[in-house]
Amino acid sequence: MLRRRVIPCLDVADGRVVKGTRFIDLVDEGDPPELAERYAREGADELVFLDISAAAEGRATLLEIVEQTARRAFIPLTVGGGVRSVDAMKAVLRAGADKVSLNTAAVANPELVTACARRFGSQAVVVAIDARVREPGGEAGGWEVMIRGGRDATGLDAVVWAQRAVELGAGELLVTSIDRDGTGSGYDTALLRAIVDRVPVPVIASGGAATPADLVSAVIEGGADAVLAASIFHRRLVSIAEVKQAMTDAGLPVRAVANAA
Amino acid sequence: MTRIAVVDYGAGNLVSIAQALTAVGATITVAVRPADLTGADGLIMPGVGAAGPAMERLRGQGLIEPIREWIEAGRPFLGICLGLQLLFEASDEDSADTFGVLAGRTVRLVSPPTLPHIGWNQVIRTRAHPLFEGIEPDADFYFVHSYAGSPAEVHANVVLATTEHGGRFVSAIARDQLLGVQFHPERSGPDGLRLLGNFAALVEAHAEALQVPV
Repeated sequence: MLRRRVIPCLDVADGRVVKGTRFIDLVDEGDPPELAERYAREGADELVFLDISAAAEGRATLLEIVEQTARRAFIPLTVGGGVRSVDAMKAVLRAGADKVSLNTAAVANPELVTACARRFGSQAVVVAIDARVREPGGEAGGWEVMIRGGRDATGLDAVVWAQRAVELGAGELLVTSIDRDGTGSGYDTALLRAIVDRVPVPVIASGGAATPADLVSAVIEGGADAVLAASIFHRRLVSIAEVKQAMTDAGLPVRAVANAA
Repeated sequence: MTRIAVVDYGAGNLVSIAQALTAVGATITVAVRPADLTGADGLIMPGVGAAGPAMERLRGQGLIEPIREWIEAGRPFLGICLGLQLLFEASDEDSADTFGVLAGRTVRLVSPPTLPHIGWNQVIRTRAHPLFEGIEPDADFYFVHSYAGSPAEVHANVVLATTEHGGRFVSAIARDQLLGVQFHPERSGPDGLRLLGNFAALVEAHAEALQVPV
């Protein structure tokens, strides 16, 4: 039976892992390859690197980090942030990544999703969606897609965009609640459920984890196939083993940590 | 030293396979054209994506016949993911004709809860084999695919392991030196590395057996 995945996320800026609250107020959390190796050893099922540095030299640094990590941690790596072309995706895959996540570039240029899926297969294309609850009392309701690291509103409905992304060729969706990100108030399970019920592809839950119970709830209530978290792992507030134990206790199938490196 | 050629036809993450093989002590040649197979003791065909374009690229690189001859000569071969699917006669994904060294077709997964099938899943072995030496009989491996090879009745004995995602599908095959896995050992942690190490050991044993005693 397919295991539910636990995925530590490493936000990388200028060669360091950082973490903010609602995408701002960044705090240094450590050395990327070192953290990545530690997570692989501790039973992470996959790793996600998100390049949040704006500068071009940040990109080269990230590719180096991916290469160093891929040589030592033999679990799947997803890399996102700033990939805007098929060639850029190729460079990331050549560095050792297995998947690329597209966010702002996918909204700006939906054909990019299709072009990348044609070239490398849908399984290598993750569309990342940063969603924010619409203003209470607003007409539309639901969630709005935000781009450029949560800075710009697009007017797009997150659930509609999720379905469209899959039609375009996304093989997986990474759904982040901006309202919850870094707040420790739990995942937005209503957002997850709204998307999971409408797409066939696996959905990765992101944004808001504080306790193992939150990750369990993202799967059971939200229907997520995988759960992603950052600060709780970086700061050793929660271990991957604890999350997997909580999932097992809730009757969810997970890969045994003992089988990890 | 054992040399393993890895076919590079632009379909898949060659980097991670090369890194994993290096980690288990194998020497690698990246095979882009037929001449690159010279001196290799084992052959790995990786790959993700659709069968049609993959066969086109292999044809363009002149690799179809050399690979077929390699397999027919009974030399050690490991197909990974699409590299396993291509061994069958044809693929339902795009109606492409494939190598046909195994009777059967590549078909879409049956009633999957999610598609693609992405993540760690149990590989349940149906018989013992040195490829899985030292690995639990129901160990988890990492999958990323929507289709899987389905051996014809006549080849049911090639099945080495099955996996469940909705329906049950064949996740590993073995026929003499012809081996194939639907999952990605290069991304399956320590058990994946062990499997690649086992393949390298099989390649080495086969190469030694061929050597004329002094």
